[in-house]
Amino acid sequence: MDDLILGGGKQIDVAVIGGGPAGLAAATKLKHRGVSRVVVLDREPEAGGIPRHCGHIAFGMREFKRILTGPKYAKNLVLAARNAGVEIHTSTTVVEARPNGVLLITTDRGVEEINARRIIYATGVRETPRSARLIPGSRPDGVINTGALQSMIYLKGQKPFERPVIVGTELVSFSAIMTCRHAKIRPVAMLEESCQVTARWPSSLYPRLMGIPTHLGARVVAIEGTNQVRAVVIENASGNRRTIDCDGVVLTGRFIPEASLAICGHLTVDPATGGPVVDQYGRCSDPVYFATGNLLRPVETAGWSWQEGKLVGDMVADDLDGRLPTSEKELPVSLTGPLKFVVPQRISLPLSPSGMQNFQLRFTRRAKGTLFVRQGPDITWSKQISALPERRILIPIKAFLRENAGDLVEITFRPTAE
Amino acid sequence: MKSSRQLPPSPTQTAINDQVFDIVVVGAGVVGCAVARRFVLEGATVAVVEKATDILDGASKANSAILHTGFDAPPESLELSCIRDGYREYTEIHTEMGLPLENTGAHMVAWNDEEAAKLEAIVKQAHANGVEDVKRIEVKGLFRREPRLSKNAAAAIFVPGESIIDPWSAPYAYLRQALMNGGQIFLSCEVTGGDFDGSEWHLETSGGTLKSRHVINCAGLYGDRLDTALLGTTEFNITPRKGQFIIFDKAASALVNSIILPVPTSRTKGVVVCRTVFGNVLVGPTAEDQESRSDTSTDEAALNALISSGVEKFPDLEGMPITAVYAGLRPASEYKDYQIEAKPDLGWITVGGIRSTGLSSALGIARHVYELYTEQGPKHSAIAKPSVPQAVVLAQKGDRDWRCKDHGEIVCHCELVTSREINQALTGPLGARSLSGLKRQTRATMGRCQGFYCSARLTELTEGHFKTPPSDEISHG
Repeated sequence: MDDLILGGGKQIDVAVIGGGPAGLAAATKLKHRGVSRVVVLDREPEAGGIPRHCGHIAFGMREFKRILTGPKYAKNLVLAARNAGVEIHTSTTVVEARPNGVLLITTDRGVEEINARRIIYATGVRETPRSARLIPGSRPDGVINTGALQSMIYLKGQKPFERPVIVGTELVSFSAIMTCRHAKIRPVAMLEESCQVTARWPSSLYPRLMGIPTHLGARVVAIEGTNQVRAVVIENASGNRRTIDCDGVVLTGRFIPEASLAICGHLTVDPATGGPVVDQYGRCSDPVYFATGNLLRPVETAGWSWQEGKLVGDMVADDLDGRLPTSEKELPVSLTGPLKFVVPQRISLPLSPSGMQNFQLRFTRRAKGTLFVRQGPDITWSKQISALPERRILIPIKAFLRENAGDLVEITFRPTAE
Repeated sequence: MKSSRQLPPSPTQTAINDQVFDIVVVGAGVVGCAVARRFVLEGATVAVVEKATDILDGASKANSAILHTGFDAPPESLELSCIRDGYREYTEIHTEMGLPLENTGAHMVAWNDEEAAKLEAIVKQAHANGVEDVKRIEVKGLFRREPRLSKNAAAAIFVPGESIIDPWSAPYAYLRQALMNGGQIFLSCEVTGGDFDGSEWHLETSGGTLKSRHVINCAGLYGDRLDTALLGTTEFNITPRKGQFIIFDKAASALVNSIILPVPTSRTKGVVVCRTVFGNVLVGPTAEDQESRSDTSTDEAALNALISSGVEKFPDLEGMPITAVYAGLRPASEYKDYQIEAKPDLGWITVGGIRSTGLSSALGIARHVYELYTEQGPKHSAIAKPSVPQAVVLAQKGDRDWRCKDHGEIVCHCELVTSREINQALTGPLGARSLSGLKRQTRATMGRCQGFYCSARLTELTEGHFKTPPSDEISHG
């Protein structure tokens, strides 16, 4: 089935770009809804996305009601999609996404232009590399992201170093430690810029259990070494510096949506999330395009992304049936205070029962106080919260939205006086 | 080392064959590559020795990738005439070699009255330098050409000839042409000493002895040291000048049309903002004198200053993701002009102090050096129909391999590098033998994700090709 010439044959109803949990869930849902030709385009030689190279167990409760390793989970998702009748095209790279659902793709056969009635972006996230973090110093080999580390170790059996420093304390940072342990690599330290570990308990206990010293409030101010990393210099909040000998650096987390196609294409991109601007149906600024999964915002679990994929699959099926409400009016949502981003960024009116049920928010820092939603002149919703950065906050859309209350929705936060 | 590949012959073997080359070029930077090409085309037998595993590993590995016209070069300098000749020759050969040339033009922008007052003299100088199309333009015209430029611009001149090129494919093509027409390259081969017996040099290298009638010192950052080591004296001293650069995401390229030059100071041309042929936006370089000839580390303050400088000029660069940061070293000396000198009695030509315009002037320098050489007497007959190499197309607007059939797979997704391109870059006498060499030849891992997606596949594809794979260093270290 994968050898099908894409552009030939029947009209493509939906092309899904990216075959990770969100993309596969959307495609599978579309087939279950009876959509005729659904293709998933994945640039990797195998579909499945990031879980393919997470060799440890942590996946599948939501989708398969059991705990699986990443690769097994990815296989199950691919299998489910194929069984539903999804065409999966691997080693297929989308180079340009244009108006009217036209995609320029390249495969070993050369370039090809295809046309689909709807397109779903599900291109996921990647970690911020060294350059974008502006980490100074020399540029030896051995400075990599968790993604590269995991594909090296789990997919290719390579070992890039023996004694790395792990930078970051997000969930993925602990996944990096587990990956290291799998290859008998012994991290020598874990660093966190803020004064507390980002990931929640019990992951946060893991390094101590493994005997890895954790430095909080420490940032990397230089990497040393000519061919291979020799040391990192770290600085604490009071400006004191120390050198840690190591032979590698794993830069974990600080995820950013892989939105290159949207950024260099014609869709409106939200600088706050780094992903395309969507309404509550996952619809982009060009209504032929939808977006789902971690591309919408950094970063959620595979299970969460899968759920979002299913939802957008449903929305696109509705749309093809002519049952998705066209947007008569749009309410943009603005943020003030220590709020990093909100998804969706706009609400299409009139409201219908379908679509995302919640706004997803993130805070830029730890904060305690009251979260408000203001629509026009009125405060329509508020709640006391205690927030941590990189933790999901949800606001139920229907709880605050009034059809005729005003055209401006603002989410704001007032800290509790200390 | 796991390498099972055929490495280029070591000089020891050549010495056993007893070949006496007309010329040994020491150093395979952009200047060495261009010089080797010129001498081969003129009919000389040429060997190039390079101490690194890959060519372009010193000053030539990092620059602003601009082909300069010479409009602002010091009047009546050797640098000026080499830039003019180099510019001319590049525009003549780039089509048949498949080298990119994007004629963006440059605007030298004054940001205050003091700078604006200097522009008239710069235009006059440009005309005296032979670049006659340089002219003052109204700021209205500037904003028409550069709609996203900060409205703080006070005055500008337009330099139509300034262009952007690929800083690596050009020197690779020069050297490839030399090799296709009889030249030889010895990599990982450092010159350690040597003697001149009145007619022949016996150069001691880390790979064995090489014999030649003439030596051309193109050792860049080590040019003075090579002179001292082999001649006992040097007429200039290299003081490396570090230049740090910031590369913005490809999305930024929609903001910038031309090369935006500052009004120069006596010391440096200043920080440039321009597109690259690969589709990014570059901001740099800084100019920092330092002792070390190898330290290309970056520092936080300089990088932040470059970002601010870019944002000041193009406010929409604010918040734009950074794709890469790097630093290069220019082989500056205590003299303003190039230090190119022949020592006829010693069969030696020094090509030193090529401070920041080497990419533009290399082909011109090569012609100048060949003239100096023939003044010493030797005669060769030029190759009648030299073979012409075809450069690998890496420029974004070019006919990249991913557009063609049977490319294998896309390995580096951000820069759309195919497995066929990787395999090609690993073979032949200039086959990549380090990751940085491979990057310069293919652009793999040089995009947004900096290897997040492709590092593992790339390590697999390059297995056994690199001189010191990181994993080997670890297990032996």
